[in-house]
Amino acid sequence: MNAPLLEVQDLVKRFPVRHGLTRRLAGYVTAVDGVSLRVEPGETLGVVGESGCGKSTVARLITRLIEPTSGTIRVAGRELHKLDEAAIRTVRRDLQMIFQDPFSSLNPRKTVRQILTAPFRYQGLAPDEPVEHLLERVGLRPEHAARYPHEFSGGQAQRIGIARALALRPKLVVCDEPVSALDVSVQAQILNLLKDLQDEYRLAYVFIAHDLGAVRQISTRIVVMYLGTVVEAADRDALFAHAAHPYTHALLSAVPLPDPDAERARERIVLRGDLPSPLNPPTGCPFRTRCPKAAEICTAERPALRLIAPGQEVACHFPEPLTVEGTP
Amino acid sequence: MTLLSVRGLSVEFRSGVRAVDGLDLELDAGAVLGVVGESGSGKSVTSLAVMGLLPDARVTGEIRFAGQDLTGLGQRALRRIRGNRIAMIFQDPLSCLNPYYPVGFQIAEAYRAHRRAGRREAHHVAVRMLDEVGIPEPDRRARAYPHEFSGGMRQRVMIAMALCLEPDLLIADEPTTALDVTVQAQILDLLQGLRERSGTAIMLITHDMGVIAGLADDVVVMYRGRAVERGAVREVFYRPRDAYTKGLLACVPRVDGALPLRLPTLQAPVEEQASLETPEVTP
Repeated sequence: MNAPLLEVQDLVKRFPVRHGLTRRLAGYVTAVDGVSLRVEPGETLGVVGESGCGKSTVARLITRLIEPTSGTIRVAGRELHKLDEAAIRTVRRDLQMIFQDPFSSLNPRKTVRQILTAPFRYQGLAPDEPVEHLLERVGLRPEHAARYPHEFSGGQAQRIGIARALALRPKLVVCDEPVSALDVSVQAQILNLLKDLQDEYRLAYVFIAHDLGAVRQISTRIVVMYLGTVVEAADRDALFAHAAHPYTHALLSAVPLPDPDAERARERIVLRGDLPSPLNPPTGCPFRTRCPKAAEICTAERPALRLIAPGQEVACHFPEPLTVEGTP
Repeated sequence: MTLLSVRGLSVEFRSGVRAVDGLDLELDAGAVLGVVGESGSGKSVTSLAVMGLLPDARVTGEIRFAGQDLTGLGQRALRRIRGNRIAMIFQDPLSCLNPYYPVGFQIAEAYRAHRRAGRREAHHVAVRMLDEVGIPEPDRRARAYPHEFSGGMRQRVMIAMALCLEPDLLIADEPTTALDVTVQAQILDLLQGLRERSGTAIMLITHDMGVIAGLADDVVVMYRGRAVERGAVREVFYRPRDAYTKGLLACVPRVDGALPLRLPTLQAPVEEQASLETPEVTP
């Protein structure tokens, strides 16, 4: 029996919060609070949510840049946090990451050639193909190998980041906001490139972004996060056709449409107030303080993620009915 | 009535780079003009030129604000207009706030720079403005420092500061780019409300076609320092004539409508050309 490529179960990450000169422990921020995910080979799991929802922490946990407080992460059946240094190094061949800021994630003192051969050096492997080929695969020219990161535009630098992630031929690439620092026309190119590379190498992506349009374009399945929890998880088309969680609805209705008539005519759900402090999250449902449907039960009881339609799970006491027009 | 009229504006930096090249703009009182373009298109430099904030660049052409040519004005006269009649919010709120002072104090200071008001009155204005831009517990938060705010909250503080003097013109340079979508929706609502209540005209600079679609009356599409297309917002969105405008509209991944297998891409995006080629030097 084949284990899924990535399986995350009940992942929790708490960060200590310290105050004052003595670094007195003031409490904990629960950045990720019981997240479960699953990614199969060749598919893209989109993770959306606003700042502070824990999506980047999830990315850092999956790549074991930080250690979880509890919960398990399995990559191809192997539990990531039980592996020693040597074993994790082999797993990292299959598990790479692309970062948001293409410049701060590239060493300014190294040439592109040095950057792209570094993964092999760390792995103690001989590069199996020339750097020039790697560059061509991401749409750059062979002569770019001798240049330094500052000589490139943002879109080109991101292509270098992608080439580095692909160098070891991974199975899973965690992309943390890979296009949000780029111009729209460059975003489109990078999204197309990621899709082409996925088809070519049967890559799986965990694609973390706040841009719902970009997530829709690239994902097969999408989870929506809010205050460290997954509030809705659904197949791409189901989510955009009939989102069931009020937060997903608000999120979708908040995205401005590049269409003046549609944009001005539509009913926008404007959420009141702000994200509650993660230091002191609401009891019960984390979204209840901003939810237009909140009732007593939402304070008393945290809704669990439950299946409401094939391929669609929602954590809400009052999910939107599926039959009603749910299109944003 | 025309509030802002820009004619033949060119901005050339010492390096020889011509960031804006013969740009015309017109903005009526109380209207919203969207200026859209990608990095390097010259949209931000245009706004800085209007504010007279490019002392080292060669700015030519005419910038008329409420009948007065701003290009000929000295710094003293400009200071009376800046912040007061033309306010601006920038892309990066953190670099615009002084880390050493509470945000309420900074808003009050901006207010007192142009109005005869005591500290107490100015502080009340600051608290009211913080409340208006959606900062919870504005009384308490007015005494907090910029580092205690999230990125989104800092941008709200900047907006509060810009709006506290009820300017005739608000130049908003990517005002919601750093914000989450639900917060962006609030801020766009706020800008819309402000415009309706106070008649403040807005020059809205953004790369986001959706933001323009919701808020602007007219739109100018910029590419490499020039306006490649201009017109009423419906005209430009539904009947774009320029190839670049068409590409810009098509390449945005959308949350509605049909899902393309691949996104259409522009032939020559500004950014991709920018750094590896020799910069275009205008003699």
